[in-house]
Amino acid sequence: MGKSIQELKQIANDIRKDIIEMLAESGSGHPGGSLSATDILTVLYFNEMNVDPNNSKWEDRDRFVLSKGHAAPVLYATLAKKGFFPKEELMKLRKIDAMLQGHPDMKGTPGVDMSTGSLGQGFSASCGMAMAAKIDKKDYRVYTLLGDGELQEGLVWEAAMLAAHYKLDNLTAIIDYNGLQIDGKTDEVLSVNPVTDKFKAFGWNVMEMDGHSIEEIIESIAKAKEIKDAPTVIVAKTIKGKGVSFMEDKAEWHGNAPKEDQKVQALKELGGEI
Amino acid sequence: MTKMIATRDAYGEALIEIGKDNENVVVLDADLSKSTKTHGFGQEFPNRFINVGIAEQNLIGTAAGLAAAGKIPFASTFAMFATGRAFEVIRNSVGYPKLNVKICATHSGITVGEDGASHQALEDISCMRTIPNMTVIVPADGVETKAAIHAISKMEGPVYVRLGRLAVPTINDEASYEFKIGKGVTLKEGTDVTIIATGLMVSEALEAAKELETKGINARVINIHTIKPLDNEIVIKAAKETGAIVTAEEHNIIGGLGSAVAEVISESYPVLLKRVGTKDTFGESGKPADLMKKYELTKDNIIDAVVDVVKKKQ
Repeated sequence: MGKSIQELKQIANDIRKDIIEMLAESGSGHPGGSLSATDILTVLYFNEMNVDPNNSKWEDRDRFVLSKGHAAPVLYATLAKKGFFPKEELMKLRKIDAMLQGHPDMKGTPGVDMSTGSLGQGFSASCGMAMAAKIDKKDYRVYTLLGDGELQEGLVWEAAMLAAHYKLDNLTAIIDYNGLQIDGKTDEVLSVNPVTDKFKAFGWNVMEMDGHSIEEIIESIAKAKEIKDAPTVIVAKTIKGKGVSFMEDKAEWHGNAPKEDQKVQALKELGGEI
Repeated sequence: MTKMIATRDAYGEALIEIGKDNENVVVLDADLSKSTKTHGFGQEFPNRFINVGIAEQNLIGTAAGLAAAGKIPFASTFAMFATGRAFEVIRNSVGYPKLNVKICATHSGITVGEDGASHQALEDISCMRTIPNMTVIVPADGVETKAAIHAISKMEGPVYVRLGRLAVPTINDEASYEFKIGKGVTLKEGTDVTIIATGLMVSEALEAAKELETKGINARVINIHTIKPLDNEIVIKAAKETGAIVTAEEHNIIGGLGSAVAEVISESYPVLLKRVGTKDTFGESGKPADLMKKYELTKDNIIDAVVDVVKKKQ
């Protein structure tokens, strides 16, 4: 809270560097979808959400569910930067006995609100959390981030129906719309379009934003909070691999870790120390 | 005369009781609330009842989110759809994070009857017991069902409760019955053989034991209401003291109670074992009693199995 746009941009850049370093160290993981979601997570954790890194299970906290669980590196780097756990943990990502699993594990990692990794399930769980807040008459909010490819999962639409039916206006879903999935362009593998019309037809308040404009992200999330009696989905136009030229808009960087020379190149572009 | 009540009916009553005791109890259903008997809870506590529609994956996913936010969700639908359709959601969103979700599924087994094979879950025990962190409970009657629902509402962690459609004989005394998760119940002492049964096969086992007495066979009868964690002690003791075991369940002989007992005795104290259950086959439409007979799930089938193992033992 209270951070300037410039400061938030700096934080996002730092998180991107951490993502590159941790993935290069682990030798496996998902850079593309982590880098496309970095600005969104930066705004959520450093400008919007009411969370306490010293009390990660605080019951009145805002919740965040990374439904596209494979983007775990961006969540881990963000949580570490926020102070939920020491940054050193990042370099143990995906290694045996490490706290940071390949996909988020709520039991093992402070700050992770839901275990995810199997697509669609996090979105469904976020509906349950929002329902719990309604039942308990609490005013915390629930945020969830989905991939555009994830929308191909049937469970997403089961959950979308539920959220609208029960008027979960305390739920904001953000679609990290980078247009790519493992096998190629989302439009070519199995089109999810028209995404906005689909959600409108399902009874959601629908917004669109540039998922890399800190200003637009702040504004959109604030607007979503004003909507009553309907959940909001914000379709965020993003670029997979954002910030690293050779990764940008390339499906092959969905689940490939950078090699040493690629790491050096990526950090150079991001202004990292070599 | 023995009182007949379906375990699903007892479940519906128990839900209202625990709903009164604990305001964190939330009930979810997938458009089957009148059949699963969660309907009554919905009328009593409308703000704590969520009908998710015909969407079993979301039934479990939503329940997981509610549990992650501190509620105690009871999620109900038919056993087929709960454990089959939603299996992977249960595994990844409930079992893995060890969330406090109670999956109470009705219409298990072949006694679903006329609806036929598509609706007769005969593999649900197997599916659920293979998930780490999952407790699996199969009550034998209404009394045990109520006790189990009260017990699991006070316990932290994921549970699968297998309930039935059919009215079954009440074998336990409501006033004196004590239910402990993970503890088998010896209903009849015996020295020649042990019948280990679960669910509605417990009453069949008691009937079989009675008849076996007239044939000169003294059978012990154990009710295993908690398939997981299994009461290894009571099973091994039975193997040692009676030297032969027959298991009885309204479930495929692959993966259920029979398999669980086989795992324990073969590692600790191997004795002859025979499994009464469906023989790796789908069911079909028909009256429950006729199906029980055709698929060899009656007291007579237990008797035959007992006679066989006792003969082989000698």
